[in-house]
Amino acid sequence: MQEIDPPILHCCAKPRADKPDDRVECKQMGSSVEARPVALEVKSLSVGFDTTTVIDRLSFDVPHGSALAIIGPNGAGKSVLVKALIGSLPSEGKFSWEANTRIGYVPQKLDIERDLPITGGDFLRAKAAVVRAAEGAVDNALVLVGLKPESARKPIGALSGGQFQRLLVAAALIGQPTVLLLDEPTAGVDEPGQDTLNHTLERLRRERGLTILFISHDLSVVYQYATNVLCLSRGHTCFGAPRTVLTPQLLQDLYGAPVAYHIHDDVRP
Amino acid sequence: MTFDLNAIALSVGAGAAAGLVGCFAVMRRMTLAADAISHIALPGIGLAILLRIHPIVGGVAALLVGTLLVWGIENRTRLATETIIGVVFSTALAIGSLITSGDELIEALFGGVGRLTTLETTLGLVFALGVIGFIVWQRHRLVLSLVSPEIAHTSGINVARLNLYFLLVFALTIALGLRYLGVLLVGSLVIIPAATAKRLAQSLHGMLLISVFFSVASTTLGTGLSFTLHRAPGSMIVLVAAGFFVLSLLRRAGRRAASANASK
Repeated sequence: MQEIDPPILHCCAKPRADKPDDRVECKQMGSSVEARPVALEVKSLSVGFDTTTVIDRLSFDVPHGSALAIIGPNGAGKSVLVKALIGSLPSEGKFSWEANTRIGYVPQKLDIERDLPITGGDFLRAKAAVVRAAEGAVDNALVLVGLKPESARKPIGALSGGQFQRLLVAAALIGQPTVLLLDEPTAGVDEPGQDTLNHTLERLRRERGLTILFISHDLSVVYQYATNVLCLSRGHTCFGAPRTVLTPQLLQDLYGAPVAYHIHDDVRP
Repeated sequence: MTFDLNAIALSVGAGAAAGLVGCFAVMRRMTLAADAISHIALPGIGLAILLRIHPIVGGVAALLVGTLLVWGIENRTRLATETIIGVVFSTALAIGSLITSGDELIEALFGGVGRLTTLETTLGLVFALGVIGFIVWQRHRLVLSLVSPEIAHTSGINVARLNLYFLLVFALTIALGLRYLGVLLVGSLVIIPAATAKRLAQSLHGMLLISVFFSVASTTLGTGLSFTLHRAPGSMIVLVAAGFFVLSLLRRAGRRAASANASK
C-alpha cells in the first residue's frame, strides 16, 4: 500500500476489534497490487470552485485492470473528481494516467432535447469516426450493451432513460478504451438490465484488462464488482478493499446516517 | 431589375452553406445568437462606408472581431454565451447606428439590391464551399461535442478550439448573406430552414439534407420572386423560408394525429 496523506483515512489504519483479520488481508492485497502496473496515480489532488474546495488533497492509486468504486453521499464531489481526472475541470496537485491510456467516459445525466434529430446510430458513428475505430465497432458495442438495432435508429431524445444509458456505455466502449470512467452507468436501467451491463463490464475488465472507475450508489454492486473502494465525503475519506471499507461504522460516518446495508458472511467469497 | 445569373449562383451557394451551419446552430440552441452575431456586422459596414471601402469587407472584419471577442469572453468567464452576445451585439448596434446614416443604414439593415460583380460572386462561392466543406468534414466532431462536451474531450477533441472554428464558420455564413439580406434578416436565413428541418427530420443526415433543400429553395425562390415582383430580395427570401416553416408545423401536426389514430 502506498503512503496516504494525513487527511485520508487509510483502510488499514483502524483494524476493528471484531475483525482483526482485515489488516492482514489488506496488506496481502496491497502487496499483490504493487506487482501490477498502475493505471492511474493520484497525488494530493484538490479540485474547487472559486472559494469552495470540493476535493481536498486526495491521493490514491488505481492498479491496471482493477475496478475502483467511488462512493459517497450526494455533493461529496464524486462527479467532480471524475471530471477532473478526464481533464475537463481544472485541478491542483498531480494525477497521471499510464502511457497510451484511452478513456471511455460515461457522464451522469445529459440534458438532451427530446426532438433532437440525432439517432443513437448517428451518435455512435460520430464517436467511431472521431476515434477512428475499426469497422464493425458500432455494431459490436450495441451487442455488448444489449441495445437493439431498432433502438439505435431512434432519435436519442426518444430513447428511455435505460436505453439512453446503454447507448452511452456503448459509445464509451468504441475505440478500444483501456480505461472506463463511468458516472452511475446503470442509473435508470431496469434491474435485469443492470445485472447484464455490470456482468458485461466485469467480463470486459477480465478479458481485455480494462481498468474501470465507477461511481455507484448501489453498495451491493460495489461489493460484488469493485477491487477497491474510494469513499468521498467531507472529512471522511477512505480507500481500500470493499470488505474493509463497507463496514456499518464507516458507512455511517460516510453518509452521516445508519446505512441499512451490511455484508453477510454468506456472500463473502 | 433584370435576371442576374451571379445572384442565382450565389444564392444557391449561400443557401446551402446557411442550411448546413444552421442545423448545428439550431441543435446547439444558438437561435438567438445567430440574430445577435449578425448585428455585430453593422459598425464594420458603417466604418467601411466612412472609409470608402467595400461595405462587406467592413462587415466581415467586424464579424470576425466580434466572434473572437465572444469566444474569448466565454472562455475566460463563466458567463452564458447568450449574455455575452447580448451585451456585445447591442453595443455593436449602438456604435453602428451612430456612424452609419440614412439610406446606407437602411441598406445595411435590410440588404441591398445592387448588381453583383463577378469578383463578388466568385469570392462568395469560394467562402460558401469552405463553409460546406467544414461542416461535412467536422460533422462527427460537432455531433459528439453537442451531445456531451466531456465525451468529445475524452475522444481527443479540443472542444474550445472546435467551438471557435464553428463560430468563425458561422460568422462567415452570416457574411455571405449580408449583402442580400442585411444585418437584421441574415440570421433568419441560417435559423429558419434548419428549424424547419429539425421538425421534419428523424436523423442527422436527414436534417442536413432537408435543411439544405429548404434553404436553397428559399434563397432561389426568394431571389426569383424579387426579380418578378421588383422587391428587395432579403424580405422575399425570409418570407419564403418562413412559409416553409409554417407548412412544416402542419405536416408534423398531421403526422401526430395520424399516429394517434393508428394507436387507437
